Amino acid sequence: MIPAAFDYVRPDTIDEAVRTLHDGGEDAKVLAGGQSLIPILRLRLAFPELLVDLGRIPELRGVREDPATGSLVIGAMTTHHDVIHDPLVRRHAGLLAAATETVADPAVRHRGTLGGSLSHADPAGDLPAVLLALDGEMVAAGPRGRRTVPAREFFVDYLRTALADDEVLVEIRVPRADGWGFHYEKFSRVAQGWAIVGVAALVRRVDGRIAEARIGLTNMGSTPLRARTTEAALAGAEAVPAAVASAADAAAEGTRPATDLSATPEYRAHLARVLTRRAVLAAAGTE
Amino acid sequence: MTRFSTTVDGTRYEDEVEPRLLLVHYLRDHLGLTGTPVGCDTGNCGACTVELDGDSVKSCSVLAVQADGGEVTTVQGLATDGEWTALQTAFHEQHALQCGYCTPGMIMAARDLLKENPDPTPEEIRRGLEGNLCRCTGYQNIVRAVLAAAAEERRREAPAPRSADTGRPDTRPAPAPATAGQEART
Ligand SMILES: Cc1cc2nc3c(=O)[nH]c(=O)nc-3n(C[C@H](O)[C@H](O)[C@H](O)COP(=O)(O)OP(=O)(O)OC[C@H]3O[C@@H](n4cnc5c(N)ncnc54)[C@H](O)[C@@H]3O)c2cc1C
Ligand code: FES
Ligand code: FES
Repeated sequence: MIPAAFDYVRPDTIDEAVRTLHDGGEDAKVLAGGQSLIPILRLRLAFPELLVDLGRIPELRGVREDPATGSLVIGAMTTHHDVIHDPLVRRHAGLLAAATETVADPAVRHRGTLGGSLSHADPAGDLPAVLLALDGEMVAAGPRGRRTVPAREFFVDYLRTALADDEVLVEIRVPRADGWGFHYEKFSRVAQGWAIVGVAALVRRVDGRIAEARIGLTNMGSTPLRARTTEAALAGAEAVPAAVASAADAAAEGTRPATDLSATPEYRAHLARVLTRRAVLAAAGTE
Repeated sequence: MTRFSTTVDGTRYEDEVEPRLLLVHYLRDHLGLTGTPVGCDTGNCGACTVELDGDSVKSCSVLAVQADGGEVTTVQGLATDGEWTALQTAFHEQHALQCGYCTPGMIMAARDLLKENPDPTPEEIRRGLEGNLCRCTGYQNIVRAVLAAAAEERRREAPAPRSADTGRPDTRPAPAPATAGQEART
């Protein structure tokens, strides 16, 4: 279908984008890579009156290191393709590069952005759970200045984030995960398929033991979740299949997975346990 | 209405369009470049794939005004003086199409893949074409065609005299289709 009519502006600066969004009120919407929004407009599931295209604001693109904290600072408009190929991301946040490689297909990854995926907050999207596992932070710019929201407070509900209508997600801060093993285990049945369930695992090993593990779950509720009980059970556990499997048995605890065409909640809980075991073993380097 | 200008297959256009106009509809309905088809409403099928500023994109998921100042190449801009590219020839020779609806997108996606990876394995081709659906062929001959085109392009690129130190590409024989098919397991 053809989208309903809207006005279109393409600001050159973040300030101008924020001002335009603020003036446009709730009928104004940010356009990032358009890979979720344009199909939504084509299906006439949304009717914004104004699109504010962030595509020509140079400072929203690219990855740098924050000299003060050493964290990576990723511009919200950095495309999936650029995230995958960025040397800083590959070196210090390999989990993000690995998970982004499973997103959609090459053409979608040329346009779709990290900021767009996080702002869209689809529970089946792969990157929200990854940011949760990495303990990332989102920096939002609004009419009253900037604020930083930790990933665990950013995802509020199905397709809802902590961003106000007149706020723009400008950058994503990711603490370095140097020395952590990582793995993203995604279960989907078809090419370019969304995750039926996905598990993002980070594991820090000391000798033969797992010192610390962080596990993000994709599509196990209306927001991404951390598998806290499993994380607690893994702390200090031996990095051997039996111990990991026993900890992974708790992976679905506290989750509220949905029913849809792909799976029942029971099946999703089963997948969470199996995929968590696989992801943690891979991240710990014990397969 | 929004003014914008873009270069498509080497010709520059200035136009005034509604912002909601999709790039694919601009190509088809305004410029008459109907070689790029539309196959879905969701961004899944890849039939509409074109190149925008050097990258493959699904032209149904880009607004025409987003291509302002940009350069677009469609499947209709590939041949020079009526002469097909190696990929186009290979799709023809390897029977990589039946109805042909997916073919423009397949060729544009394969072209993007070969730019990044001139010597892909069958598995890498399958992953590179993940965003393009074909309802007819079962993909086997598409993979064969991309392998054949890659071999042909490497042959054309290779320096004329063959010697051990000219690098990998020209020392490998072009894959025979039957062998390639056996490698191309899903
Ligand atoms: C065929 C197909 C398959 C896909 N498969 C997957 C998959 O397997 N896994 C996956 O995770 N994703 C998948 N996606 C989605 C893809 O990752 C999109 O790139 C992503 O969801 C949206 O990013 P975008 O930059 O295109 O945002 P847009 O579509 O432009 O925007 C999405 C939403 O976020 C808002 N927004 C965007 N950027 C900002 C910002 N900086 N500040 C405030 N609000 C903002 C917009 O207003 C809009 O509401 C798929 C998409 C397609 C078309
Ligand atoms: S028409 Fe199907 S992806 Fe563009
Ligand atoms: S040849 Fe018919 S869809 Fe591919």
